[in-house]
Amino acid sequence: MQKIRYIIQKEFKQIFRNKAMLPIIFIMPLIQLLILSNAATFEVKNIRFSFIDNDKTSFSRALINKFEASNYFDVLENFDSQKKAKQAMLKGDVDIVLEIPNHFESNLIRDKKTTLLVSINAINGAAAGVENVYINQMVQQFNKNAIVNLKKSIVTTPISNTSMLKTIDSIPLFWYNKTLNYKTFMVPGILVLLVTMISLFLSGMNIVREKEIGTLEQINVTPIKKHQFIIGKLFPFWMIGFALLTVGFIFAKLIFNIPMVGSILLIYFYTAIYLLVVLGIGLFISNFTDTQQQAMFIAWFFMVIFILMSGLFTPIESMPAWAQFLTQFNPIRYFVEVMRMVLLKGATLSDIFPQLIKTTIYAFVMNGLAVLSYKKTN
Amino acid sequence: MKRFIGFIKKEFYHIIRDKRSLFILFGMPVAQIMLFGFAITNEINNVDIAIYDNSNDPTTKKIITKINSSKYFTNKQRINNESEIASVFKKGRVKAVLIFEKDFDKKLTKEYHATVQIITDATDPNTANTISNYVTSILKKYQQEVNNNLSTTYLIEPETQMYYNPELKSVFMFVPGVMTIILMLVSAMMTSISITREKELGTMEVLLVSPIKPYQVIIGKVFPYIFLSIVNASVIIMLSIFVFKMPVAGSLFLLGLESILFIINSLSLGILISTISQSQQTAMMISLMGLMLPTILLSGFIFPLTSMPLPLQIISNIIPAKWFIIILKAIMLKGVGILFIWKETLILFFMTVFFIGLSVKKYKIRLE
Repeated sequence: MQKIRYIIQKEFKQIFRNKAMLPIIFIMPLIQLLILSNAATFEVKNIRFSFIDNDKTSFSRALINKFEASNYFDVLENFDSQKKAKQAMLKGDVDIVLEIPNHFESNLIRDKKTTLLVSINAINGAAAGVENVYINQMVQQFNKNAIVNLKKSIVTTPISNTSMLKTIDSIPLFWYNKTLNYKTFMVPGILVLLVTMISLFLSGMNIVREKEIGTLEQINVTPIKKHQFIIGKLFPFWMIGFALLTVGFIFAKLIFNIPMVGSILLIYFYTAIYLLVVLGIGLFISNFTDTQQQAMFIAWFFMVIFILMSGLFTPIESMPAWAQFLTQFNPIRYFVEVMRMVLLKGATLSDIFPQLIKTTIYAFVMNGLAVLSYKKTN
Repeated sequence: MKRFIGFIKKEFYHIIRDKRSLFILFGMPVAQIMLFGFAITNEINNVDIAIYDNSNDPTTKKIITKINSSKYFTNKQRINNESEIASVFKKGRVKAVLIFEKDFDKKLTKEYHATVQIITDATDPNTANTISNYVTSILKKYQQEVNNNLSTTYLIEPETQMYYNPELKSVFMFVPGVMTIILMLVSAMMTSISITREKELGTMEVLLVSPIKPYQVIIGKVFPYIFLSIVNASVIIMLSIFVFKMPVAGSLFLLGLESILFIINSLSLGILISTISQSQQTAMMISLMGLMLPTILLSGFIFPLTSMPLPLQIISNIIPAKWFIIILKAIMLKGVGILFIWKETLILFFMTVFFIGLSVKKYKIRLE
């Protein structure tokens, strides 16, 4: 016990005396939290919209007005030819071109049916899909009004017919995040990312550094036992992980006003186990590398894959089955889930039980492997 | 010249003999492209929903069948109680609950009006919003079908054409981004680390007092990475063409030239970083935090720039990757020539000149 305490003391001194690393540990992540939470959004808004109005009637104008009034669309331009619209799309100035055909209004009155041509820049496929839905909704609403308005102007059709139309109203209710604030969703996830990244990089590079400098050999010839050394090495980073999480929570509350519905204590409890997994992975990496550069590189490689497959930015349900299966082995996935479930929905211990169990098993396996692969001899 | 070739050879040996880094260097692009191509998508489908049907009549059944057959929803669980909603949400799998009101069919035929409540788990606002839009459009379609026999309906139908990516594949959007990141990683990060390593190990001094000229040292250092970057870029382009059937609508030659411009741009950034950092760790941290993160986040790679707050949109202009991604998308997907992208190319070009100028100014041939 005494020995472990000395190692921990040494580690803390090393960390706090390195003036270059301290800002990287504490200030960098918070700046990232600020920037990331603002940048990471899949919301589709400010859609760059343009139109070609071949009809030029008050009716077609009314349709355009509808788009202008919506806050999803930025109505940018009124092109007088298809060619010009196409050019602008190729240049990337606009994303949507709505073409209102000749005799739009008169066709509608005569045939009771008419079409609009919509061209969408679909390079970002998901956004294009959403844009398409928005446009359809706008046109449908316009349809509804148009029927009423046109009826009034054409006296020949009895108005009473409109009430014969069956309507199914859908009432959307958004639980847990009524204003659909994207930051409420992203900030807890990004917090996970930062805690994981910093503790993985620091622990991964730590032992390898002693190896590179040659001081590991000195420790190897002391009576310090393997487990004492490892506990002593990992404990400081475990603490740093907690410190980061706490600072992150304070930021999330003060700056982003993230709702914290569930028990914070439960999150700390989960984090305690989760950090063991991350530190185990870091230790494992440092056992298998010779230089800091290699350790950093390998840590970065796995980090990128873990982040991408965690459901932090993109939904896991949309992945193919085999990829969803692979995410089972991704610790970040569980932490992201737990964080969002507890903070935003107020999930309790029994709700997050599956994640907790899997993380605990993971912690045992990773640390077991790390201890086994650590050798006191070369 | 012979000396110079010898120096370049030394650099190649350095890289080739570090097997682990080499593996990552070539494994990373392949792994990332595969992940983005096969696994990761920002589309929303296969969402778990629950249905709470209060009326269980032919109409609601018909609507539920319609929803079931949509590719957006899976695992349609039934619930029979309003209090169950909160508990299914808390378990985390179900993202939306549809509630059909009592006597749905009767209300629709007699009062011409019925309601469906769509309760979504809006912790993920994007998914929630999209689900609610999808359900609404399914309902509206059904409504139109029901009303179709009424001759008085006026109908405006939008005919949508999806340009440049008709099947809405997300890999088309990600390939240019992955390519940019990999080139940035190999060119900027690796170069800066390899130059600072010589500084840290003290071998830079040896090089500086040798008959090789300082500019030759830098060019010699950078040369292998140009080679590696070109190999990486080709691998990515081949993978995207042959595995993901991504078209290269424009000229491959132009694509190559623009890539080389971007590679030189990243290399000059790498040199710049190496001139201001003393240790490998600092160089790594500056490249990771200062280059990689902005490149991933503020370049329009994953997150659309137009949705970001204005200050971030302005900052994004100084990130070379943003312009390169625009160029890549334009050439590969839109198939345009230099006439449409001369502005972006010029911006990249001047950035490169600026970075090279700055690093020449900062480069010291004397040691402190």
